[in-house]
Amino acid sequence: MIHQIPFVQLPLWVLITGFVFCILFWRYSKIQEMIATISVGLYLLAGIGLLVSVYQNGIQVLQVGKWAAPFGITLVADLFSAIMVLISGVLAFTITCYSFQDISAERKKYGFYPVLLIMMFGVCGSFLTGDVFNLYVWFEVMLVASFVLIVLGNTKPQLEGAVKYVILSFISSGFVLTGIGILYNITGALNMAELSIAISECPDKKLLSIPAVFFFMGFGIKAALFPLFSWLPASYPTPPISIGGLMAGLLTKVGVYALIRFFTLIFTHDVALTHSVLLIASGLTMFFGVLGAAAQNDFRKILSFHIVSQIGYMVMGLALFTPLALAGAIYFLIHNILAKTNLFLISGIVKETNGYFNLSKLGGVYKNFPLVSVLFVVSAFSLAGIPPLSGFWGKFILAKAGFESEQYFIVAVSLLVGFLTLFSMSKIWLKAFWSPMPEAEKKRIKYNSISLFKSKYFMVLSSIFLALLTMFISFYPDYLISLSEKAAVQLLNPEIYINAVLPK
Amino acid sequence: MKTLILSTILKALAPLFLGFAVYMFFRGHDNPGGGFIAGLIASIPLMIHSMVFGYRATREKFRINPRLLAGLGLLVALISGLFAVTMGDPFMTSIWVEQKLPLIGKIGTPIFFDLGVFLVVFGVVLQITFLLTEE
Repeated sequence: MIHQIPFVQLPLWVLITGFVFCILFWRYSKIQEMIATISVGLYLLAGIGLLVSVYQNGIQVLQVGKWAAPFGITLVADLFSAIMVLISGVLAFTITCYSFQDISAERKKYGFYPVLLIMMFGVCGSFLTGDVFNLYVWFEVMLVASFVLIVLGNTKPQLEGAVKYVILSFISSGFVLTGIGILYNITGALNMAELSIAISECPDKKLLSIPAVFFFMGFGIKAALFPLFSWLPASYPTPPISIGGLMAGLLTKVGVYALIRFFTLIFTHDVALTHSVLLIASGLTMFFGVLGAAAQNDFRKILSFHIVSQIGYMVMGLALFTPLALAGAIYFLIHNILAKTNLFLISGIVKETNGYFNLSKLGGVYKNFPLVSVLFVVSAFSLAGIPPLSGFWGKFILAKAGFESEQYFIVAVSLLVGFLTLFSMSKIWLKAFWSPMPEAEKKRIKYNSISLFKSKYFMVLSSIFLALLTMFISFYPDYLISLSEKAAVQLLNPEIYINAVLPK
Repeated sequence: MKTLILSTILKALAPLFLGFAVYMFFRGHDNPGGGFIAGLIASIPLMIHSMVFGYRATREKFRINPRLLAGLGLLVALISGLFAVTMGDPFMTSIWVEQKLPLIGKIGTPIFFDLGVFLVVFGVVLQITFLLTEE
């Protein structure tokens, strides 16, 4: 029975249906809120269903409109994409719950929920598509929606951040599109499975490095790799926390997903060259991201620089290109999405205490709001990689994979960066949580521990939910690690993917 | 911008535009045309109307909320794709009625998809026009 339900399409349907009904009820933001919650909840369930059915029955393929693979649009869900769909569902659901009490009524009136749904639609489509041009289209759906979200509310810093974000996104889309054009010219294929075959049979392998560079640049900007990350700390801290958290957690990871997909399935013709470039970029990304964070004094700015730094770890896993390293990268992706988003959500809750994100004006959270401090400790020390929290397992697997492939230098960099991450997390901890609140700001305190929970219970509960998930993958890492290993094996054996999409 | 020439021409051209839109809509399956172009053409008379007579006059003649049209269009397009799923085929597979009808020819799900596209384009263009002329 279970394989008869079309799980590959289900996540996309529920999102677009939710969007349509949000449009039909445009004037009623309360109804939109309900529709969005239901549809995101169903999206989460569909994600679970998809993962289960992929796990049991292997790669799921859908030829839209019954046009067979190289010609039609193909949706493919292998384990890696199913995991990503599921985690994006978890995130979207949490953020939607968080946004009930975080997003102002004004912003909801201007269509926060429909745009959120259409952005998730784009994200989910990027995970599921099996066609490079189609991937570009999904990316555009996601980006255009994220442009709307980032300026929603029209405040000045938002517009300023959005200009940088929009311009760099356009440039990166240009790179990707150029890459697709060149690739199509060389191989005559757009379907990923067919491309993979065409590239392995291509007589002039040197030529293929050109589109590889274009894709590396294009997706590198989206994933915020060194030296193309400057847009991220400029734009992510500006919108409200729900939006910033969703983007921080998810959008750059879609770029990482695309990089992993392209550099395992398509560009494996010259691993020595392409993956050493990736390795160097990953080391620099880690290092400069964390250095940028050390210089900041704003809660959200520090977190934004850390996104950059953590992206380096995922790309390091891809660059090492062994089963263990890729499994580590996937594990790290999941861990990072949970921990990083939760840190953003917590920064929003801390801001509720006296209205600031600036660390020099915050303080006394530990004394006044012990629950929030516990949530922060779980996520922050997980991000920094303190055992036994989830970041430790991710970094441990990556370091082990690095030793096995004898890349000692990158392992050293990654351990150093972990240390520096701990430094800036403890900086937040010291200033916002442990040190007493500056006298001048004391009169601005609006809540005590109980009234904060009473008035912002959705925000606190969503944060607790993410913290529990982080704890789960920390204390029971075996499930996720074995799942990641299976996904990595699928990624490293493109024949499985090709045979599923193009049956002989 | 109330000009006699435009308002007179509009009366003559509006039926022509609408007729041409219908023609384009049905032509679109095998030839250039289709829901997108038909939607653009059908919205031209209303755009000119709002340029000539102003936003309020147009809204008095055209009372439907364009946003609603766009939403309905998306819904129609989505449902046209779901037909195939109930028959066990992949999403968006075309399903045709065997019997030929006079003038129109065979009826199938693509016509509903095109109708959806028509409504979306028509609704979005009108929404943009109204927002711009409302000022």
